[in-house]
Amino acid sequence: MTPKAISKPPRANWRRRSVLPGFGLSLGYTIAYLSLVVLIPLAGLGISSASLGWNEFWAIAFDPRVAAALQLSFGAALLAAIVNTVFGVLIAWVLVRYRFPGRRWLDAAVDLPFALPTAVAGIALATLYAPNGVFGATLESVFGLKIGFSAIGVVFALIFVGLPFVVRTVQPVLEEIDRETEEVSATLGAGRWRTVTRVIMPGLLPAILTGFALSFARGVGEYGSVIFIANNLPFQSEIAPLLIVIKLDEHNYAGATAIATIMLVIAFVMLFVINLLQAWSRKWFGHD
Amino acid sequence: MTEAEKSVMATRRRQKQAVGEGPLTRAALIAVALAFLGIMLIAPLLVVFAEAFSRGAGVFFDALVAPHTMSALQLTLLVAAIAVPANLVFGIAAAWAITKFDFKGKAFLLTLIDLPFAVSPVVSGLIFVLLFGANSALGPWLDEMNIKILFAVPGIVIATIFITFPFIARELIPLMEQQGSSEEEAAVSLGAGGWRTFFLVTLPNVKWGLLYGVLLCNARAMGEFGAVSVVSGHIRGQTNTLPLHIEILYHDNKAAAAFAVASLLAMLALVTLAVKTVLEARFAGSLAAQRRH
Repeated sequence: MTPKAISKPPRANWRRRSVLPGFGLSLGYTIAYLSLVVLIPLAGLGISSASLGWNEFWAIAFDPRVAAALQLSFGAALLAAIVNTVFGVLIAWVLVRYRFPGRRWLDAAVDLPFALPTAVAGIALATLYAPNGVFGATLESVFGLKIGFSAIGVVFALIFVGLPFVVRTVQPVLEEIDRETEEVSATLGAGRWRTVTRVIMPGLLPAILTGFALSFARGVGEYGSVIFIANNLPFQSEIAPLLIVIKLDEHNYAGATAIATIMLVIAFVMLFVINLLQAWSRKWFGHD
Repeated sequence: MTEAEKSVMATRRRQKQAVGEGPLTRAALIAVALAFLGIMLIAPLLVVFAEAFSRGAGVFFDALVAPHTMSALQLTLLVAAIAVPANLVFGIAAAWAITKFDFKGKAFLLTLIDLPFAVSPVVSGLIFVLLFGANSALGPWLDEMNIKILFAVPGIVIATIFITFPFIARELIPLMEQQGSSEEEAAVSLGAGGWRTFFLVTLPNVKWGLLYGVLLCNARAMGEFGAVSVVSGHIRGQTNTLPLHIEILYHDNKAAAAFAVASLLAMLALVTLAVKTVLEARFAGSLAAQRRH
């Protein structure tokens, strides 16, 4: 037990007294609203899933088409999150450390995927990367790379929706990093590259990992922007959320529920990991 | 400027150089950032407007005033007009409870508020299909009472509320956390009641963060696609929101019309970002330092 834990006064109540009014009203309303909007509907999904039984559940989960869709959703999200982590950290660095004309506009543009509806992004990306589109035609003639209407298109759409998560998690932490440690490192003879990789990056790591996890989680569940750019062929470019929609259209509620449950469990694990990362970050680096 | 100040400035400049990158590295990094953002984010935005006007202004305006577009616009506005105020009240209540009081289970509550960020929009829609659908426990009863929720406007509203409820709370919580409660405590100790304290002390302190939260919530409410698509039933003129209408037009090979409608939502996104940029430039301190969505 740490000394801190000993010196902490014991709390008899489940909450600390406060002179401010409105605790019961605000917390009561919050919990009632969350129960109505989130907990009861989620419980419904849980009950539907539980009523499937193990055998039926596993039969659906290991159906080759479902497995392929889940694999594509997670694989493409992973790839997109890696690309976003590399470029997101670079963009955050440029925005925080350098001053150049148009920086504020660039900073504002990073939030575009948050504000632009996914369907709008979807048709725009599909048009850009289609074989006759501006980027699609160029990439195909120069590199022989087919992006639109393929699995690579899925990755491109997920890069679009996930980028701000990395930039917006890393940026505030980078802003608060003490420049003195860099100066110390430089004074002690470390080169710039060594200072960046050995002194700055370790402090940024929790934020980078959080951004990566957020971007990945968003990518796994993304639907709107992907379905336009992919041609949605089973086993090739069909993502898991789309398969849920297809099962629902076929009135196959059991199938939709099973896939949704798998995705939901993984989403919960991701949230848990993100919260752990932030607790870790707070503990070791004093920020979140 | 005195000599001492000048010397301090010179030292600062030297230090800056000692810990910065060379001009070439700097230029290269800026160029890479610009290129990546240009290709990945700006180009898709430009395409929306270019394609919207590709068949001329006539096609553009015809698409906007078409009856199905108008009804989709009306439904989208109606949904946002219900979902945003509902989530505004929730956001304020949640932020007040979480930032002004200390209680057990706070971390769990915060995780619960983050939930829609991690759940696929399609799964969000599905849970309401399972709750209100014909095969659900509620389904037969709703049918008997002749209440239509699924494949009707109430279902779209509920799914939108689910997707957008974290936005305002998430904007307010870090902001109110940072401001602390000493001003409110002072107001209460001087005899102000709870509501008076909130409206005259807390609200003026958080108004810009609150405004940005409302804008983000509104942009998402008007633009939500996945969840709404699952619960709407896609009945033209009745349960089609603007994003769903875009999909239908696009698949009908009316790309110019689809982009014309899409440009409306893109404008909304641009206004949201512009207001945010202006607010941040003018009120840097009163917007949350950390933004997560």
